[in-house]
Amino acid sequence: MIHIKTLNKTKLTDNMGVKGCGECQTSCQSACKTSCTVGNQKCENK
Amino acid sequence: MIHVFEIDDIFCAIDTNSGLVHIIDEIVFDLLKDESFKSNDKVKDISLKYGQDVMDEAISEIKYLIDNKMLYTEETIVENKIKPAVKAMCLNIAHDCNLKCEYCFASQGNFKGERSLMSFEVGKKSFDYLVKSSGKRVNLEVDFFGGEPLMNFETIKKLVDYGRSLEEKNNKRFRFTITTNGVLLDDEKIDYINENMDNVVLSIDGRKSVNDRMRKTVNDKGSYDIIVKNFKKLVDKRGKKDYFARGTYTAYNLDFAEDVKHMRELGFEKISVEPVVTKPEEKYALKDEHVELLKKEYEKLAKMYIESFSDKNKAFQFFHFNIELDGGPCIYKRSIGCGAGTEYVAVTPEGDFYPCHQFVGEKEFIIGNVDDGITNETVLDMFRNVSVNEKPKCKECWAKYYCSGGCHANAYNCNKDFKVPYNVGCELEKKRIECSIMIKAKLQEK
Repeated sequence: MIHIKTLNKTKLTDNMGVKGCGECQTSCQSACKTSCTVGNQKCENK
Repeated sequence: MIHVFEIDDIFCAIDTNSGLVHIIDEIVFDLLKDESFKSNDKVKDISLKYGQDVMDEAISEIKYLIDNKMLYTEETIVENKIKPAVKAMCLNIAHDCNLKCEYCFASQGNFKGERSLMSFEVGKKSFDYLVKSSGKRVNLEVDFFGGEPLMNFETIKKLVDYGRSLEEKNNKRFRFTITTNGVLLDDEKIDYINENMDNVVLSIDGRKSVNDRMRKTVNDKGSYDIIVKNFKKLVDKRGKKDYFARGTYTAYNLDFAEDVKHMRELGFEKISVEPVVTKPEEKYALKDEHVELLKKEYEKLAKMYIESFSDKNKAFQFFHFNIELDGGPCIYKRSIGCGAGTEYVAVTPEGDFYPCHQFVGEKEFIIGNVDDGITNETVLDMFRNVSVNEKPKCKECWAKYYCSGGCHANAYNCNKDFKVPYNVGCELEKKRIECSIMIKAKLQEK
């Protein structure tokens, strides 16, 4: 590709069968406590 | 659904449903913007600007992405696999405070009630409930919150010991956080926090004038001079463990990037500065007319952030510019919303459960208590059916898997409807996502 560079290696829809353990941090329980942000959290199921 | 944007010469296309983020050049940007590549007239104009060969090449790359489900990906129907289980708790260990911050949603610490401290017994029952209700989940999160939690420090210590005693026999891991205004920090408390708390949130708003305008002592003096030296000492002794110097910005400091800069100059390396959550009638509330200015401020902060990485001694982490493109949460987590009331509860000193800390004191939102567990199904139902795809505006939004539908308290404060998100919050969140991606792309270039 000359014009496009994709930053991620995986899609949200990859391996959906093994996802959804619910072990990750509750969205608000972190630095913010005022805004729900999930995009910056880490998956615990690695 | 896709979203294309440009910040500071970085062009980007986000494919919402796959979560893929593509850094593109200007011609692809022109082709994707308003779906120009689908219009013969617009394609003609673009070919005149860039040349036919280059344009054909760019279109073939776009088609490759579409054919390989990397752009304009169809939505995957996500049935919630994450079963509701309360596994996180905001323990309002003290409904009392030694500051009286103007914007405090806790009404200067007492949450619209009597000033009170949580007993060990109530805390213990809360932990027992958490262990039981969390089912097979291993990781449990507890935030010691207030008011000012250090006003009830001895109880915190006993509860941490109690939590640890529950871990092995129940196959649980407690992760403790404390949020403090710093006034009562001394060597003993600093050492205790650094040893026992997985994370610590240090409340400071930035520049002295900004901090002291809102964060006042009970004698109406500013708190800055008291807290800065305490926070610095804590951070110096904390090593690599997590912490955040965390501020709130309001309509009084729309130039909040200056506050982030100041916090970095004070020596803090992990910084979070957040928009105030309040009712729209407050004079310091952020309003629609502030949004454009605030977006520019985030862009300014993003540039400052990138520059900081050219000098190891100046680099810092800004909470809302962290973004996990590969190692982030799964689509189930990104769909279910913030978890208030279903994964997360706030507990008062009296032992009442609320769906989250933002609702404490609004008695109609009590969902249960430490003795009976969650009993108020009527209130809980309001928090159950608010996944991101159940909110009409969110369902159509490109950013939905980054914010999961935003803060329920924000939505309720502003619109009295959990399914209608708070517009200012949405606009700022979208700008922060764009900035985070721009930062990622720029840092990769470097």
